[in-house]
Amino acid sequence: MPILVIAEHDKAGLKAATRNTVAAARALDGELHVLVAGADCAGACAATAALEGVSKVLCADAAHYTDQGAENIAALIVSVAGAGGYSHLLAPATTFGKNVMPRVAALLDVAQVSEIVAIDSADTFVRPIYAGNALATVKSSDAVKVITVRTTAFDPVGDGGAASIEPITAGPDLALSTLVSRELTQSERPELGAASVIVSGGRGLGSGENYHAILEPLADKLGAALGASRAAVDAGFVPNDYQVGQTGKIVAPQLYLAIGISGAIQHLAGMKDSKVIVAINKDPEAPIFQIADYGLVADLFDAIPALNAAL
Amino acid sequence: MKILVPVKRVVDYNVKVRVKADQSGVELANVKMAMNPFDEIAIEEAVRMKEAGVASEVVAVSCGVAQCQETLRTAMAIGADRGILVSTDAELQPLAVAKLLKALCDKESPDLIILGKQAIDDDANQTGQMLAALMNLPQATFASKVTVAEGKVSVMREIDGGLETISMHMPAVITTDLRLNEPRYATLPNIMKAKKKPLETVTPDALGVDVAARLTTVKVLEPAGRSAGVMVADVAQLVDKLKNEAKVI
Ligand SMILES: Cc1cc2nc3c(=O)[nH]c(=O)nc-3n(C[C@H](O)[C@H](O)[C@H](O)COP(=O)(O)OP(=O)(O)OC[C@H]3O[C@@H](n4cnc5c(N)ncnc54)[C@H](O)[C@@H]3O)c2cc1C
Repeated sequence: MPILVIAEHDKAGLKAATRNTVAAARALDGELHVLVAGADCAGACAATAALEGVSKVLCADAAHYTDQGAENIAALIVSVAGAGGYSHLLAPATTFGKNVMPRVAALLDVAQVSEIVAIDSADTFVRPIYAGNALATVKSSDAVKVITVRTTAFDPVGDGGAASIEPITAGPDLALSTLVSRELTQSERPELGAASVIVSGGRGLGSGENYHAILEPLADKLGAALGASRAAVDAGFVPNDYQVGQTGKIVAPQLYLAIGISGAIQHLAGMKDSKVIVAINKDPEAPIFQIADYGLVADLFDAIPALNAAL
Repeated sequence: MKILVPVKRVVDYNVKVRVKADQSGVELANVKMAMNPFDEIAIEEAVRMKEAGVASEVVAVSCGVAQCQETLRTAMAIGADRGILVSTDAELQPLAVAKLLKALCDKESPDLIILGKQAIDDDANQTGQMLAALMNLPQATFASKVTVAEGKVSVMREIDGGLETISMHMPAVITTDLRLNEPRYATLPNIMKAKKKPLETVTPDALGVDVAARLTTVKVLEPAGRSAGVMVADVAQLVDKLKNEAKVI
C-alpha cells in the first residue's frame, strides 16, 4: 500500500522538516506520495517533486488552504487517505504537524503515534516519553498509522527525484476559524531546527539587551542560529520561537553552546542529541555540565567576548 | 458561559523518572504525582475568565484511577466549581480520553473546552485536537493569549515561526502553552473549600465509550547516555578543543 507524507511548506518552497519526514517515510515499504495543500503552491509542489524517493505529488490548491488551518487541512487529508488506500500518514512533529495530525487520527478513529525517532517495522515505532528520559517502543493495531516524525532523528533527503504532480480537488471550506494576524520572526540566521551550530542563552544573560549584545556577535561569527531556555523566553529576552526543550523546539546540531543555562531536564530534552555540547556557566554544580562535552566554569560576560575574540 | 477543563494526574515535573528493570514502563511506585503543568495553566485561565465575569461556571474533568480525585480537588482549590471523575483503571490513550470528553461535552454543552497542549508523561500532544475533531469544532492549539468578545474567542498561538492570532466561533477547543499565564498557588482556605465542592463519578461504560488501547507498549528503555565530557580551564583551551578535537569549528 502507498504511503502519504503531508508537506509543510510556505507555498514557494518546502520547510526543511518535510525532507526529514520523507526520509522517515522511506524507511517504510510502499510507494511514496506527498500531499501539498496550499494556495498558489506550485513552487512548493515543484520542490516536492524533486525530492529523492517521492513518486507522486498530490497538489490541492485552494484559497482556503492559505492559512494552513487544522480543520480544513485535516478534512482534506482524511478524504485523500480514504481514496488512496494509504497505510501510513506522516507529518513532521512541528507546530504544523502537531496541530493537524491528531485531528486526522481522530476522524479516522485511529491512534496517533507522536514524534517517532525510529521505525522498527511497519507497525512498530520508537518514541520518547517523559521528556526523553525513556524511549518507548509501541505497536499499533490500527489499519492506518498516523505518525508525526521527530525531524532530528532522520537525516533529510536531498533532491534528485522526478515525481509526477497531480492536481487534486480541494475539500470543502469548513470555515470554522479565521486567521486574524501572523507575526513571524524575521531573521537572516539559519532555521533553529535545521542549523548546524546553535548559540543558546538562558536566564544568566540577565536581559534582552545583554542577550543580543553578547550572543549575536558570536552567532554571527559561527553562522549559528540563536536559541534560548524557557526562562529566557518567559523573561521576554527573545520571542517564543527561540525556545529549545521538551515543549519548545527539538534540535540536534553539530555544535550547541549553552550559555547561562542551568540544564533542567525540560531543556535537555530539546538538545541532548546534539553532536557536541559546550556549556558555559559560572556555577560549577550546574546540571548542564553533566551532559556537556566541554564545560567552562566562567562568568559569561567575560567568557563570551573572549571566545568571540579568539575565533 | 461554561468552560470545561480536563486535567491529568502525572508524575511531578521535578521527578527524574527511572525505567523499570523489566522494561515494561517507568517506575511509578512511591513517585510524587501532580497535576500536569499545562492543565494547571488551563484551569487558571478558566478561573480568570470566571473572575472577570466572562465565564459563569468552570467544570474540571479527570479520567483515570480513583486518585485522580486529588487532581480534581487541586483544580477546585484553584477555583473550578465542580469536578467529574471518569473512573477507570484501564490504561487510557489520547483517543480514548477524547472520546470520554466528547461524551461529557454532549451532556454538559460547554462553550469552551481548555486543555493542556501536552501531558508531560506521554508527551503525546493529541487530546485537544482529537476532541475538536470528534465534535467538529474549531481548535486553537498552543495558546499564549485568549480573549472572548461578542460570542467569539480569539487566540494568540505560539507557532514555530513566531505567533499567530485566530478567531473562532464558540463552542471551541483551546490548548494551552506555557506563557498563557502563571497559575496561582492554592491557598489553605481554598483547599478546604474545595473539599466541599461537588465531585461526581461516572464510568466509561456509563458514557458508552470503548476505551480499548490501540497502541501496545512493547518495551521501554533508557536512552543512550552521553559519555562524560571534560572541563576546560579557559577560553583558549575551549577553542583548541573545538578546533582540533571535536573539529566542529
Ligand atoms: C511543563 C514544563 C515545561 C518546560 N519546558 C521547557 C522547555 O521546553 N525548555 C526549557 O528550556 N525549559 C523548560 N521548562 C523550564 C525548566 O524547568 C527550567 O526552568 C528552565 O529551563 C530554566 O532556564 P535557565 O536554565 O535559563 O534558567 P536557570 O535555571 O535560572 O539557570 C540560569 C543559569 O545561568 C547561570 N548564570 C547566571 N549568571 C551567569 C553569568 N554571569 N555567567 C555564567 N552563568 C551564569 C546560573 O548559574 C544558572 O545555572 C519547562 C518547565 C515545565 C514545568
